[in-house]
Amino acid sequence: MTAVSPTDLPAVSTDTEPSALRRGLGVLGELPIGSTGILLGIVLMAIFAPWIAPHDPLSAVEGAQQFGPPVWGEGGSWDTPLGTDNLSRDVLSRTIYGARVSVIVGLTGTAIAGVIGMIMGVAAGYFGGWVDSVIMRVVDAWLALPTLVLAILMAAVLGPSMWNIVFILGVVYWTRYARILRSEVLSLRETEFVKLAQVAGASKFRIIVQHIVPNVLNTWLVLASLTVGVVIIAEASLSFLGVGVPAPTPAWGSMLTEGRSALITRRPHLIYGPALLIGLTVLATNLFGDWLRVKLDPRQRNL
Amino acid sequence: MRTFFIRRIFYSVITLVILATTIFGLVRLTGDPAYLLAPEGATEEELQSIREDIGTDKSLPLQFGTFITDLARGDFGTSFQNGQPVRDLYFDRLPNSLLLVAAALAFALVVGIPAGIISAVYNGRWMDTVSKVVALTGMAIPGFILAFAMMFVFAVQLQWLPVFGIGSWKNLVMPAIAVGWYFAASTLRLVRSSMLEILDADYVKLARLKGMTERKVVLKHAFKNALIPLITLTGVNFVVMINVATVIELVFTWPGLGSLLIEGIRGRDFPLVQGVTIMAGIMIVFANFTIDMIYAWVDPRIRLNR
Repeated sequence: MTAVSPTDLPAVSTDTEPSALRRGLGVLGELPIGSTGILLGIVLMAIFAPWIAPHDPLSAVEGAQQFGPPVWGEGGSWDTPLGTDNLSRDVLSRTIYGARVSVIVGLTGTAIAGVIGMIMGVAAGYFGGWVDSVIMRVVDAWLALPTLVLAILMAAVLGPSMWNIVFILGVVYWTRYARILRSEVLSLRETEFVKLAQVAGASKFRIIVQHIVPNVLNTWLVLASLTVGVVIIAEASLSFLGVGVPAPTPAWGSMLTEGRSALITRRPHLIYGPALLIGLTVLATNLFGDWLRVKLDPRQRNL
Repeated sequence: MRTFFIRRIFYSVITLVILATTIFGLVRLTGDPAYLLAPEGATEEELQSIREDIGTDKSLPLQFGTFITDLARGDFGTSFQNGQPVRDLYFDRLPNSLLLVAAALAFALVVGIPAGIISAVYNGRWMDTVSKVVALTGMAIPGFILAFAMMFVFAVQLQWLPVFGIGSWKNLVMPAIAVGWYFAASTLRLVRSSMLEILDADYVKLARLKGMTERKVVLKHAFKNALIPLITLTGVNFVVMINVATVIELVFTWPGLGSLLIEGIRGRDFPLVQGVTIMAGIMIVFANFTIDMIYAWVDPRIRLNR
């Protein structure tokens, strides 16, 4: 055995393991540029909407006509680059403000679903027995209901408002977390370190918080990143169906509804902005989620 | 196997009971249907007589009892809106939904399988990259956004296809692609990954060594084995599709089950909403049950593992 004095150890460990800060910076450098850029852009657009948007999204542009054409259309002007809608409002400004709804609902809805799913999944996996049976039967019933139908019904109950939609989507999408986290916890429960903690007399709460939750956090994060896109689509679908964010608040989904009738009369300019941005946002969150999955779980790298 | 079978049936029934109870409660929270059924400015007596007609004047436990006993006999009740049995309304719309889903599934398989095989055989080459991009956008772009894009290009600008409605095969093209889009991408992914795995297997290498042409190796040996997970996925997709088609149905005003359900929700037509959702639930539970059974039959370890 080589004699290593305790004072040598820190030097060795800094050599092989970079500091937390440097590791953090390293990950930043590896971030997928395309998807991170798009997501960052959309979040910034949502935050700074009042400064970016050329017009008030809620009132008619002065001197503009109904269904004014976009800048490349006949009689279009740079004042309203994407044209105006049925109430002569600026479509570009509404699209920019619409990012707020998607970002807020996407993030908070996913977070609520994630917290409920984490609690349920960990409880079912760790306690087992009747707790597990009850939770998993509810999960099964939830999964047997078409998610959008559940969301529409709950929206009809709670009434249209953005925060209601956040709550509803949280309550609707928790099951995907619960199922997967439960099975992870089931195998974690059998590991040595959890058994040792039990022998050492750690309380159940302590074991869950100290040993179980940190070990499922990676999976949780990947699930969350892949859920954001689903929640954004769901919000857009609900708004499209008229049970989402109420008018006149600009939301991409409800802008598509307004655009649908105009589309048929050959005025497609209402949907360019929202359709493009929903597509881009969801594409970017999925790419980012895939990247995160591969990053956090090397076993998944085959696709 | 038998205890496993019985326990699974028991679970399925419990799932359906939870589902039925949830739906029963949820629709009743959406409000009083009498207001929507009565003419404008109806008096309280008129409203009350409507409630007596449709049975919502009774206490909730009583309504629930009738609902469950009728359900057990396969009776979904009568629609509040037009007095027809919900079962008739359901089976009127079912063929339209099945037609749409069948077409969407066909689209998904016709695009997904060849693209998946090509992508696996030419792994890493440009054709693989193209398929990967298609798969990725397919998973990411919501069907109804695609529906809008197609509607504008093919119906409004080029006028090749009708904007909405039902009747000829032309009406089916856009809704089917919009519904099948996502599933084409997931089929592609699945076929690609299972083909990649199989093409690496020893028996495939042996077939090559025996001097078989590559074409025969791929189609006869490899693809046949990739079919097993594909069949499962397709079965699941079929059931899922009937339920996700709702928004697409509304975009194209396709008279399927999704639009029936939305009509029911808007009109607070409790029996209609209950009937359509429970039928969807039964299909999903049955599909899951069948898959569980097939897996347990193929892999005995699952039977022991709760």
